[in-house]
Amino acid sequence: MMIYLTLFLEFFKIGLFAIGGGLAAIPFIQELSKNYGWITQEQILDMIAVSESTPGPIGVNAATFAGNTTAGIFGGIIATIGVIAPSIIIILIIAHYFAKFSETSIVKSAFSGIRPAVTGLIATVGFEVARTTLLNMEKYNKATNNLLSILDIKAIILFCAIIYLLNKYKKHPILYLVAAAFVGVIFKY
Amino acid sequence: MSVLWELFTIFFRIGAFTFGGGYAMLPIIQEEVVDKKGWLTEDEILDCFAIGQSTPGVIAVNTATFIGYKRKGIIGGIVATTGVVLPSIIIITIISTFFQHFQEYEIVQHALGGIRVAVVALILNTVYKMYKKSIKDWLGISLFIAAFILIAFLDISPVIVIIIAALVGMFKGHNDRFKEIDG
Repeated sequence: MMIYLTLFLEFFKIGLFAIGGGLAAIPFIQELSKNYGWITQEQILDMIAVSESTPGPIGVNAATFAGNTTAGIFGGIIATIGVIAPSIIIILIIAHYFAKFSETSIVKSAFSGIRPAVTGLIATVGFEVARTTLLNMEKYNKATNNLLSILDIKAIILFCAIIYLLNKYKKHPILYLVAAAFVGVIFKY
Repeated sequence: MSVLWELFTIFFRIGAFTFGGGYAMLPIIQEEVVDKKGWLTEDEILDCFAIGQSTPGVIAVNTATFIGYKRKGIIGGIVATTGVVLPSIIIITIISTFFQHFQEYEIVQHALGGIRVAVVALILNTVYKMYKKSIKDWLGISLFIAAFILIAFLDISPVIVIIIAALVGMFKGHNDRFKEIDG
């Protein structure tokens, strides 16, 4: 029983202090591994790899994985509830007041500045994933100085095809994800 | 179909198909919540992300709670959040119980290789749509470019950029009102 309570409280702390996305939780989980010996460093590496290669928010995946490794299925569920509880509480409070104040002129003008900045922030995320997915920096060879070798041609072809289809047919995003998974398996991406 | 069930199924789908971090959920949210249901506008989605990014916790969870609350109060927030985390709990429990080295299978790696390219295309496509909807004047364009440069190249924390942008917006709002009174 004790282990579940400790798991809940530790993951509650992670949910409360890890600001800015799932990977921010990793150092906290490393701390847990040191303090409690719940999971080994190797299992943490597995955890990161599995969290990133399965669907779902990375922070939630990591919590389920760590809890499950430590204390079985129920441990995974408890750790997950722990990590999302602070979000739920904080956001419900903010959303409550936001509904009240969102029509005031000061909040309106604050958000008129925030929206373009958040669009810029999302563009940064798009730029980062585009760089790591479509370019192949380590293949670049200074001796031959062949700039074209940086481009991951296979990835770029699929990218252009999806952009074209997206604008032509406007189907559900999930359809493109599933189709891309099949293309990935067939053409060995 | 009740609103709560809709909230649950939509966010379950989002949780099941978000690969690689909170922002990857944006294209599916846009499709389901803005285009199909008309529950929120593009501007309101950006507000959600601004709040989700600047508060502690997992961004996807923050966004789900916020949208759920807007739609159906506290119970809506909890239902949407349950929906978005349930696929993770199911999938990760199966993987960590039966095959911890799941990501080493060749077929998984190839599928992910393809999915990552689709995620790039979907996110960039959404950025383009958001840009068209949310940026209306020169100040907007400047804030967009400034935020991009500060975060991508100067490694400034997004939270700080959001706060600065809020102050700029408030300052401009104050000036506009002053002009109205003056003129």
